[in-house]
Amino acid sequence: MNKKNTFKTFLSEIPQNLFSGFVVSLIALPLGLGLALASGAPPISGIIAAIVGGLVVSLIGGSNVTITGPGNGLVVVILSAITILGNGDMYQGYLFTLAAIVISGILLIILGFLRMGALGDFFPSSAIQGMLAAIGIGIFAKQIHVMFGNLDAKGSIIELLMQVPKGIFNFINSAGTSSFYAGLIGIISLLIMIFYSKIRNRYFQLIPAPMWIVVLSVGLYYYFDLFTTAKYPIDNSLLINLPNDVLANFAFPDFGKVYQSEFISAVISITLIASIESLLSIKAVDKLDPLKRRSNVNKDIRALGLATVISGFLGGLNVVTVIARSSVNVNNKGSNKSSNFFHALFLVAFILLFATELRKIPLAALAAILVFTGYKLASPENIKKVFSIGSEQLIIFTVTLLITIATSLITGILSGIIITFAIHIIINKSVLLFMKNILKPNVLMFTEDGKYYVSVKNFSSFLNFTKLKSKLDQIPETEEAIVDFSLCDFVDHSVMENMNNYSETFERKGGHFEVIGLDDSKSGSEHPFALRKILPKQKVPKEGVLTKRQKSIQKISEEMQYSYDAFPDVVIEELAGFGYFKTRKIDKVSNVLSKNNCTIFDVQFSEGEMIAKQVIKATMYHILTTKKLPKFTLDQEGVFEYILHFAGYKDIDISAHPDFSKRFYLSGKNEEKIRAFFTDELILFLESNKQYHIEATNTGLLILSNERLASVKEIKALAYFGASLQKIIEKC
Amino acid sequence: MQKIHKILIGIAFSPNLKPNLFEAFRIANLFNAELIGVHVGEKTTKKETDLNKIISEADTLNKPLKTIWQQGEPVAVILETAALQNIDLLILGALQKENLLKYYVGSIARKITRKAPCSILLMIKPSVEKKQCNHIVVNGLKDDRTEETIRTSIHFSKHLLCKKMTIVEEINQSELQVRINDDKSLRKATIAKERLKNREDQRVNTILKDISCADISIKTQSIFGTRGYSIGHYAKIKRADLLVMNAPTKVNILDRIFPHDIEYILSELPTDVLIVK
Repeated sequence: MNKKNTFKTFLSEIPQNLFSGFVVSLIALPLGLGLALASGAPPISGIIAAIVGGLVVSLIGGSNVTITGPGNGLVVVILSAITILGNGDMYQGYLFTLAAIVISGILLIILGFLRMGALGDFFPSSAIQGMLAAIGIGIFAKQIHVMFGNLDAKGSIIELLMQVPKGIFNFINSAGTSSFYAGLIGIISLLIMIFYSKIRNRYFQLIPAPMWIVVLSVGLYYYFDLFTTAKYPIDNSLLINLPNDVLANFAFPDFGKVYQSEFISAVISITLIASIESLLSIKAVDKLDPLKRRSNVNKDIRALGLATVISGFLGGLNVVTVIARSSVNVNNKGSNKSSNFFHALFLVAFILLFATELRKIPLAALAAILVFTGYKLASPENIKKVFSIGSEQLIIFTVTLLITIATSLITGILSGIIITFAIHIIINKSVLLFMKNILKPNVLMFTEDGKYYVSVKNFSSFLNFTKLKSKLDQIPETEEAIVDFSLCDFVDHSVMENMNNYSETFERKGGHFEVIGLDDSKSGSEHPFALRKILPKQKVPKEGVLTKRQKSIQKISEEMQYSYDAFPDVVIEELAGFGYFKTRKIDKVSNVLSKNNCTIFDVQFSEGEMIAKQVIKATMYHILTTKKLPKFTLDQEGVFEYILHFAGYKDIDISAHPDFSKRFYLSGKNEEKIRAFFTDELILFLESNKQYHIEATNTGLLILSNERLASVKEIKALAYFGASLQKIIEKC
Repeated sequence: MQKIHKILIGIAFSPNLKPNLFEAFRIANLFNAELIGVHVGEKTTKKETDLNKIISEADTLNKPLKTIWQQGEPVAVILETAALQNIDLLILGALQKENLLKYYVGSIARKITRKAPCSILLMIKPSVEKKQCNHIVVNGLKDDRTEETIRTSIHFSKHLLCKKMTIVEEINQSELQVRINDDKSLRKATIAKERLKNREDQRVNTILKDISCADISIKTQSIFGTRGYSIGHYAKIKRADLLVMNAPTKVNILDRIFPHDIEYILSELPTDVLIVK
């Protein structure tokens, strides 16, 4: 694609991006105001963040369809920063916090340059979930009181939650007052948020739910103003407060507390959350991108940092990438960065043209939007999801959640990390596994036959995931990749979840990503993301939770009409008769697919004894033939690994097929019979297919390619090869 | 290319002595070399009879075994003997981690490895029975010693009758000079990798050009990864029977704290390792 063409596409897509930018701005306006209010900052600060974010990140960012602006994750952090730094004076606290925001923006820029944007990769995913849920509860606890028209509720998150019943009681008792009507609007707004998605009306759905709330509540004001003699029942103090001249009154950060520890801890929390929230959103939005592009995370983080610095100097909040608005953008056919830009322009227009109207929005209405957001972050479904992955994940989740609520965000996430690590140690009954190997490189990647093969050693968890990630990110998603965990003793939930994400991305972009080597592992639950502990080598799991590979094998077995048994009791007795297993002891056979005397199976065997013992797992194909075969081995010419047990026999050349003789190494005892057995048809078949190692006894054939477990795709190819070979042999 | 005339083996009266000796006898015969056994410790009749019993069961040596009994500090004695006797190859046995299938080099062997004046063969799986060596993995680092190492390993594979050899070129990630951020840089990096791989293949092929290596199938494999580590991991996956490495240039205290190159291999032996001096 040349430059001109790209520009043309860009131009032709402007109308649709203009439209989606408009729809997004409809949500961004009430959310921006609401998030700012919930953070304890002037409402305009949220709009400033959205405008600056939209303009700056769309111009210099590295992602395509993301929308940037104030984020809900930061509400709790900024509120506590304002309260603590202000020491009672909210406005002064806000100015100090602006300084913290500016500095966190600078830190983000630095992180972006150091390519550390992916801070989130260092945290266990259940701990992050717990932290987000805690943030949700924090927002919920504070805003539910505002929604009921009570602006004065104060205290810690727990105290605020305790006050909820009393708040409802007070609300009912206060019938007739200004705050009662505000509360009424709040409750109606909440109902709109809840039932919006349930109403399937095209015209109703044209305007997003938050905008309905704004339109309706402003409409109500004008109804009272123009059509009735009664006064609008809600007092001005319960309405949103915007500066008279929006363009002139920018707040300026106060750097007076830069050296105080409270300030520094505020900066750290803000940076941490901003980076985690942005990263999670960028990753999630990449999955939605209809054009399947990969975002430049570090470039985006740098842009977000710069936007945050500018926003902070203008009196705005942090700029982060936000998932909800971004998905609205994608749903409305936003296709490039310009929609983010347009969303900012529309916000500027709104704030300049409709400032008077916006001043009529009751705070309770905005609080309702936030109560809904908070609930979503901490919804019981989320908790159920975590629990389904494993009870240990629920422990991590709960501990992080409770500690975050009870203390602070940083303490919360740190304890989440510690508890995760402690659980990993308990599960493995070993500290050494982690201590000894944490600093060692543990990932090997190389290409082989055009496939990317990645092997991971020792253990793979959130502690060393970046090592694996940096390798996996180098594989073009249109290629085929195989990740082998068979040298790993332990794989944790965060890694499993990420493997699943990679597999989805590869699938979307036309490649193939497969995880092997976990079939012998024990898992905590049925969930595909459950952590896996590799069992001691000799133990045979009689039943267990199937891995993704096993499930895929099960699926293809149905397609190919093979019967499948993941943990069979039977032993394939014929195997021992093969020369290959003469010096190798078979430990167990698993994942058996069988049909018409053919079996595909994973076999675990060992070489050598005692100290020299090595355990190997490989996938093979066995055919039980009906007629007697001559004993032989057939190999790629130049691969001499398997033929040792036939040493002494020369390569049998078949003169009619010089090409075959050149490519294959055929050996066996009874040369005459072998020559008779290799008919033209068989040779043609072998020549035109992938070269496998084939071994024959009098009654059977054994086919294998590499001495390792095969991916599902390789199994399919092997099955096809074996079945065709069987047909040819039985025919002649 | 190094000729192996004199081989030294440390004799320790451990359960592994028999396989160790059997293996050493076999290697000495393969190279038609002289074998010298050195025991650090007192010479007692019991030890002597034990040793003679094992020797009587082993293959007969082409050249007679010479045993040296000397007391002193093991590292110093062995290093001294190696220098004094003009040893070409020193054979050491590795230890196994308790109940794990992992091997490592004990502190004594490690010290010897760092300071030895000659090539060293570290064995993780000595066996009484003869076992065929099927696959040798050799490092193909961009280093002055590499040519010598490749020559020696071809010499070895000829004597060990090994038919398959893989030369692994470890390429440092930093050489890539393209950072992968998005689709565009990924494409660039993939192309750059291909180019680097070709360059490395070419370099190794120039070395191979002058060496006669008929009837050994030699493959090259480039790996982007940590130097010294990747090759060990690769040898383990491919279940190579012998891994041949360059001797380390020099080791200081920092290298032990932050392991690199050969230290990775010593801390977890993937297979038998030959370190070529």
